[in-house]
Amino acid sequence: MPIQYYIYLCLTLFSIGIIGVLTRRNAIIVFMCVELMLNAVNLLLVAFSKMHYGLAIGTPQEATAGLDAQIFVFFIMVVAAAEVSVGLAIIVMMYRNTHSVDINFLNRLKN
Amino acid sequence: MNAIILSALLGVVMMFSGIVTKNRTAITYIAIAGLIVLLLGNVLNTYGVFVLHIDTHSMLNFEKFGLFFNSIAIAATLIYVVLSGRDIEKVGVNVAEYYALIFFVLCGVSILSSFSGLLMLFLGIEIMSIPLYILTGADKRNLKSNEASLKYFLMGAFSTGIMLMGIALIYGATGSFGLGGTVRITAATGLPMHTSFLEVAGLLLLFVSMCFKVSAAPFHFWTPDVYDGAPSVFTSFMATIVKAAGFIAFVRLFDAHTEVLGPTWKLLLAFVIIATLLIGNVTAVFQQSIKRMLAYSSIAQAGFMLFALYGGNDLAKEGILLYTVAYSLATIGIFAVLIKMKDYTFDGFNGLAQKEPVLAFTSTICLLSLAGIPLTAGFFAKYYMLASVVDAGGSLWLVIVAVFFAAISVYYYFRVIQAMYFKEGEAATNGVISQGFKTGLLIVAGLILLFGVFPSLVLNAFYF
Repeated sequence: MPIQYYIYLCLTLFSIGIIGVLTRRNAIIVFMCVELMLNAVNLLLVAFSKMHYGLAIGTPQEATAGLDAQIFVFFIMVVAAAEVSVGLAIIVMMYRNTHSVDINFLNRLKN
Repeated sequence: MNAIILSALLGVVMMFSGIVTKNRTAITYIAIAGLIVLLLGNVLNTYGVFVLHIDTHSMLNFEKFGLFFNSIAIAATLIYVVLSGRDIEKVGVNVAEYYALIFFVLCGVSILSSFSGLLMLFLGIEIMSIPLYILTGADKRNLKSNEASLKYFLMGAFSTGIMLMGIALIYGATGSFGLGGTVRITAATGLPMHTSFLEVAGLLLLFVSMCFKVSAAPFHFWTPDVYDGAPSVFTSFMATIVKAAGFIAFVRLFDAHTEVLGPTWKLLLAFVIIATLLIGNVTAVFQQSIKRMLAYSSIAQAGFMLFALYGGNDLAKEGILLYTVAYSLATIGIFAVLIKMKDYTFDGFNGLAQKEPVLAFTSTICLLSLAGIPLTAGFFAKYYMLASVVDAGGSLWLVIVAVFFAAISVYYYFRVIQAMYFKEGEAATNGVISQGFKTGLLIVAGLILLFGVFPSLVLNAFYF
């Protein structure tokens, strides 16, 4: 399959994530949209990794081409997990105080 | 390397110290001792003494610039903890954890000052940011702190997503996570390789996400709310060390990349700088709360720090180091005074000069430095920034705009001085101000004046 298909798919997922972050008001759903953005990037990195491996076949770089992107994906997954633990803790902390996860609440700070 | 290893280890030590002792003062002393060890470790690193010899496979690049910035950041944290340690103890019950998080932030800072690939940039930014989300929400029962924390977290995670997309696109175009900088040659023709659309798009996304992190306009909107909502002690930390680290990463990242973007890059950057200066300075004029005013003023200072990116020469690198010193000292000083006040509005400072002359005097020095008045460190910091742009040539109009906005900033800084010295009122402080705290403030003010007269003290240390 051409690499373009993967790029379009990832950009679509990424855009859905961005639109979700900007329009949804539920903190958990906003958070899920952020995760969607990160996973779109993961998919894109893996696709690019295969592409660069394919380009390097028959050259001296064949053994290592594309490997760093696969490792990067693991780092993104680990960091995303750390972020989830902190983020959910913050949302729970807010829920305890306000009994709501609506981020319209945040506008209170402006005054 | 020493700074990264030691700060991570000391963070763990701090966490365990919370189990061993419940004495808050003791924990603060452990943190101060840890920071001194960290500072020594980093200075030794500059002279080639290592804790461990580790092959980083050229993912980290320890050059003088980054190591010296580490020293500045750690020394600023040391001053911050010495001055405001008592107030960190008052934020909540988990004092040891706050210090542990501060050490983890320093670990991220030392990665950001030495990364040589996009993977380490990403890790450094995340290691620096995630503890900050927690510190922002440290005041658990306070709704404002909760909201600030959630807002900071969502914005931070969002900008991380954008940054990762940028990195992925750059990887797709170039096939490596390196910082670039060399013009790639096509094997077949021997001509410079055509810069692909993917790479330019990736760089722009990276630029946007870094603007988010350093709160440059038009991506600054989270800053006032977060700085205002977070516990004041941690705002002080966020606005100084963390912000400066963001700028070091920004400068290191785009040092090598600007050629790919061509002349449009300077235009884009000029737009961001002017928007940042305009929004930061003009909005700060209308604030009633000094804490919020300082948040906007930190946006305005970010505009000045962006000049280092615009200049992009050696003078700019010296300038950003000097700016970090001047800005950190002044902001830590003024926040240390602010935390002691009961009322954060301008009226709350009325008549402080009669009641606490030392506090009023030192905060005056800090405010003068922030405004960039000669004989304070802030003057030479701003001077170096503008000189680097003049040196790079061709953008004199931008310097004139910057000086104009610096003049506006004098208005809102002097409003505080006016309130302290020329207005009648009962400035109420939280409890009695200890003698040690006053001495610490006087030392900070003394340092600001010293670097204002001899800025070469900082720069010589850089080249020594």
